[in-house]
Amino acid sequence: MHIPDGYLSPQTYLPLFGVAAFFWATAVKRVRSALSHRYVPYLAMAAAFSFLIQMFNIPIPGGTTGHAVGGAVVAVLLGPWAAVLAISIVLIIQAVVFGDGGITAIGANCFNMAVVMPFISYGVFRQVAGNARGGKRFLAAAFLAGYIGLTAAAVVTAIQFGIQPMIAQDAHGQPLYAPYPLTVAVPVMAAEHLLLFGIVEGFVTAMLVNYFVKHEPGLVYAFREV
Amino acid sequence: MSRVSCMRFGRYKMAPFQKKLWAGLIVMALLSPLGVILPKLFNAEDAWGEWSSEKLKELIGFVPAGLEKLADLWKAPIPDYNPGGDGASLGAQVGWYIFSGLLGIILAAGAIYLLGRIFRRHEK
Repeated sequence: MHIPDGYLSPQTYLPLFGVAAFFWATAVKRVRSALSHRYVPYLAMAAAFSFLIQMFNIPIPGGTTGHAVGGAVVAVLLGPWAAVLAISIVLIIQAVVFGDGGITAIGANCFNMAVVMPFISYGVFRQVAGNARGGKRFLAAAFLAGYIGLTAAAVVTAIQFGIQPMIAQDAHGQPLYAPYPLTVAVPVMAAEHLLLFGIVEGFVTAMLVNYFVKHEPGLVYAFREV
Repeated sequence: MSRVSCMRFGRYKMAPFQKKLWAGLIVMALLSPLGVILPKLFNAEDAWGEWSSEKLKELIGFVPAGLEKLADLWKAPIPDYNPGGDGASLGAQVGWYIFSGLLGIILAAGAIYLLGRIFRRHEK
């Protein structure tokens, strides 16, 4: 889901830098007070966790690979605004140091994985969990937070890929950037995340949220906000 | 002022729970080579939409002009956590993955601690 350099036209990646910057600035404002001593280590661990979980490439046999992002578990445990910061930092490090995701696509990748994902995940969790703090409904909420959050991010990414042939062509009508249209990009990316990667993200989210609720319930942001 | 925040961090006593979590992260870094081994085992390639220019040429017969211009904009120091690429020995790839995982922990966590310090300095 890390869009490389060259796949997005400037008329796509520039506005997305603007959108991402707005969310970064708001996140800094919202998280500043929460960045007290108690939470800094958790935010640091959240960023490290997201970095690592993304290294676990999951193969579709004979096909492509994908991975979880960790955006859902961070959003539920530390809040969606904290997740915006933690995941954005990870994506910037990945692009600059490891060439995973393009420099020009940092805004787009941050919007997809560090904004769309945590907010959708958090919303899904709150809606489904209600007041539950354990049990089946609670676990289902955590699973769906990961499953739907990651799939939503994938679909938004696919839309950015898919609109490129429409907005940027050369004189012969050939695409200048990402070549596949919406009718290919969206079904492919939605399917692989619905059938495999989203399920992995869901299980990781459910396992970890469950673990924290048992061992450090006072930390869980989604409960404090109720 | 930075000394003050250093001392504060120094005085911060790490709870056993947090120690356990850090240990878990290090274990994840040590296991991260699975991310290169499993795709090989199952004959899976790049993520959808993240192809190299060469692979794209194989797929659609040409490299889009705009893409070609931007594709090599940035030379990352450790490309894909695995600078030797697919051609390197499995041992080298595993080693680079573990190194990248540990470096990732340091960079990601370090950036958050740095941000935390900057914010606090602003407040004073």
